[in-house]
Amino acid sequence: MDSLPPLLKVNGIEIGFNGRDGNFLQVLRNVNLTLHKGESIGIVGESGSGKSTLALAAMGYLKHGLRLSKGSVNFDDQPLFELNQSKLQTIWGGRLALVPQNSGQSLTPTMRVGEQIIESLKLHTATVPKDYWSAVKRLLKQVRLPEPDIIMHRFPHELSGGQQQRVAIAMALSGEPDALLLDEPTTGLDVTTQAHILELLRDIASTKGMAMIYVSHDLGAIARVCERVIVMYAGESVLEGETRKILRNPSHPYARALLASIPKLSSGGFPAALDGRPPAPSGTRNQCAFSDRCGIAQSRCFSEHPKLQKLTNGEQCRCHFPELIEQIPLSSLVPKPINIIGKSKPALNLKTLSITYEKRGILDFIFGNKYRNPPTVDAIDLSVGIGETLGLVGESGSGKSTILKSIAGLKPLKSGDISLHDGSNLPVDVEKRNSEQLRRIQLIFQNPDESLNPRHTIVEILAQPLRLYFGLTGKTLRDRAILILEKVRLSEEYLDRYPSQLSGGEKQRVAIARAFIAEPEVVLCDEVTSALDVSVQAAVLELLNDLKRLNNTTYIFVSHDLAVVKALSDRVAVLYQGRLCELGSTKNVFSGPSHPYTEVLLGAVLEPDPDMVLNLVADDTVELGPPALGCPFQRRCPRRLGSICEEKSPPERLLEVNHKILCHISVEDL
Amino acid sequence: MTDLLKLFLSKILSLHQKAWTVVGDIYSKPSGAIGLTLVIFHICLAITSPLFVPYDFKMMDASLMLSEPSFSHWLGTDHLGRDIFSRTLLGGREALLVTGVATPIAVTWGGFIGILFGLVGGRIDEFLMRIVDAFLSLPWILKMLLLIVTFGSSTFVLIPTLAFFYGIPVIRIARAATHDFVAKDFVSAAKARGHKRLTIILSELLPNVRDSLLVEGAMRWSWMLLAFSSLSFLGFGVAPPNPDWGLMISDARGFMSFRPWGVLGPVVALSSLIIGINLSADALAKALGIDRTQKAPV
Repeated sequence: MDSLPPLLKVNGIEIGFNGRDGNFLQVLRNVNLTLHKGESIGIVGESGSGKSTLALAAMGYLKHGLRLSKGSVNFDDQPLFELNQSKLQTIWGGRLALVPQNSGQSLTPTMRVGEQIIESLKLHTATVPKDYWSAVKRLLKQVRLPEPDIIMHRFPHELSGGQQQRVAIAMALSGEPDALLLDEPTTGLDVTTQAHILELLRDIASTKGMAMIYVSHDLGAIARVCERVIVMYAGESVLEGETRKILRNPSHPYARALLASIPKLSSGGFPAALDGRPPAPSGTRNQCAFSDRCGIAQSRCFSEHPKLQKLTNGEQCRCHFPELIEQIPLSSLVPKPINIIGKSKPALNLKTLSITYEKRGILDFIFGNKYRNPPTVDAIDLSVGIGETLGLVGESGSGKSTILKSIAGLKPLKSGDISLHDGSNLPVDVEKRNSEQLRRIQLIFQNPDESLNPRHTIVEILAQPLRLYFGLTGKTLRDRAILILEKVRLSEEYLDRYPSQLSGGEKQRVAIARAFIAEPEVVLCDEVTSALDVSVQAAVLELLNDLKRLNNTTYIFVSHDLAVVKALSDRVAVLYQGRLCELGSTKNVFSGPSHPYTEVLLGAVLEPDPDMVLNLVADDTVELGPPALGCPFQRRCPRRLGSICEEKSPPERLLEVNHKILCHISVEDL
Repeated sequence: MTDLLKLFLSKILSLHQKAWTVVGDIYSKPSGAIGLTLVIFHICLAITSPLFVPYDFKMMDASLMLSEPSFSHWLGTDHLGRDIFSRTLLGGREALLVTGVATPIAVTWGGFIGILFGLVGGRIDEFLMRIVDAFLSLPWILKMLLLIVTFGSSTFVLIPTLAFFYGIPVIRIARAATHDFVAKDFVSAAKARGHKRLTIILSELLPNVRDSLLVEGAMRWSWMLLAFSSLSFLGFGVAPPNPDWGLMISDARGFMSFRPWGVLGPVVALSSLIIGINLSADALAKALGIDRTQKAPV
């Protein structure tokens, strides 16, 4: 294949912007990329690594404010950056198509999806008008959308996230492109949907012989679709080679640390954390960009910028000492603390919790009308022991965050009780709780950019709970803030900074500090690591675990990421449509026998393992509401028994003392 | 409560540090520099003009009625023989005083209510906002004239009247700006910690809405100046013989066809001040990173 001229060639491009002081700051440094026909290349990196900029530059496009200072991009021997707009337009969307990250935003909201695909057909194909709709139908079928005749007449907002992404892919395919550029196409989708889309892309690429550039932060996704991978770090490629080899045994310290920091289902315990942050865009570089975080850095790494060199195994690696790589362990799992299930008194009890989002009018109250829809969350009975971590897992719409909000008093209950360890019921409304009750339950949010007030300094953020719960002021307050910052491994100098001056991981540490400064008994963690980069995530998980052991805190840990839940939790509850499916110790839930839904979830988890085979048993339909009767999972269940699933609520099957499954299937058959 | 006050004061003080960088940003753009210079010039003039005006503004001279500009009377005299130049120099004093006091009051109460509505949300907010809409749908001059006719046109009536009516549109702006933040997790976090509503407003929301309010305040100030001058023009603002631009335009408009300079002085003074405020408000919005064209005032 190498003898053929490449389809797309990126030649030593340098892209950057002018900083405030007028200096040229580089976002991409001397990056090369060669894409042959039918080949799929993955570009992997963390936020700020320049991976999206590279993908867009490969199309000959630069985001506003960016400038190409060096290099060229050739597509089929045409220099993209020198073509005029009209020439580019025949290439874009036609021979070179892009699938953006968030299709919900890239589809025109006021146009039916079928019409949008027709627009692309008009521009890039010779299809005659009478064949438009049949072509749309064929494309939608190709991306495996059920009932294309109905879907093509829908507006984008009437489709689920996965369906929107499929429409975007269909649109990209409409021009029969030679190469497809995918910018994080599955980020933000549910696990099962993500797995289905990746399988779809894989099949399309192999049947059509289409070349792909797949940009992602997720090595698991890259492992599914790409033959070759480029690892980006701080604007330069640090490692290039076959995906299979790189995932097995990466020869660059960053790639190795990144791989080790990903929590994996196949192994228990904690992933290794990668401390520090990548350097900001700057001018010329005269040291290795990774040297500050590298485990094997020598003095030369701090004084000389390494060049990309070819290793004996055929990989390209930007490192001075590739021969030392074996010194960095591939997986340095921190053993998990011993489970203490059942030994401690419950810290928090949830009794038959039921929550609804249905709004009732005044007339409903007067006539005493019943609720029209089944409640979003129903019949949740859970209790968490002191010092225990309970993981709540489920896809979007499973009600896991809603339950946390209700415990925090932010979402009123329809019925049910929440009680703390002394047996006293908590008032449902946060305004009716007393200061002591409030202090004992603290909440950590998903995205620290939103949960920290951008106009407050860190000391001000930490002062809020101190003033409220302990009435501290002045010097004592500041001392306490310094103390807690040290506990989350931040130094005193952070006190007077604003959140915008901190990195994502540091911000989340501040959010964690704010929760722990109140000395809570129960900490509710709502997807606390999903907005963070993988390398930072590991460090935050480790911190959460240390704080728990130190303070004997109880966690309720909500996440869609099964591997993260497995790493941190003692017990796991699997939720679907606001109903409990399975509850048990982490070991039992992940080893089976499992509820059919747990099986579906486990089968769709993407691990950074090139040989892993996905087990996609159910389709990825998104349900809008729970069924009124019977099992919540009845419509998608691959192991449905029959009408009993629709008519009767599933019974509790007790497999072991600490493992129950709510399913009509008998224990022996599970 | 004292904590809250201290917190609030510290916020104001930190504001002061930021203020200089913002002023610097405004001055770095030509439109902002011109605008701010005009505003500062007018304020200095209003403070110092009594010290150096060439004539007493009340001094009438029948022999000089409607005389043309000359070396002794730079802008001529009006129909009572009073020096127009002196009266123009003094004519902005009351307008600036009244609007200068009324604008902060309007922004404060309108801003507070707006943030409160935005935070409370739901049906109460919907209901109260319809009342606000009803108020806004009435022509302002009608409402204002009604109050002034009832209570008189002294400064102590004008300030609360203007502050009240010009605070109502601020409610809308503050509420809209609050909506951008009220769904954010830091507000939920404060609620979950159990903070009182007042704390959430002052400490979580106000610092974020502040910039929008500042820009809105600057715009309201120029509207209010126009309104004040209009009232004087109609004879409900400043009482004669006190000098005021609106009143002077009203007095001189009968002779405009043959003695245009009687209108010229006050018109140039008033419009230069309004232009100055508008340019400064635009530059302030840019310096604070708010696009005023997107958040147009009601």
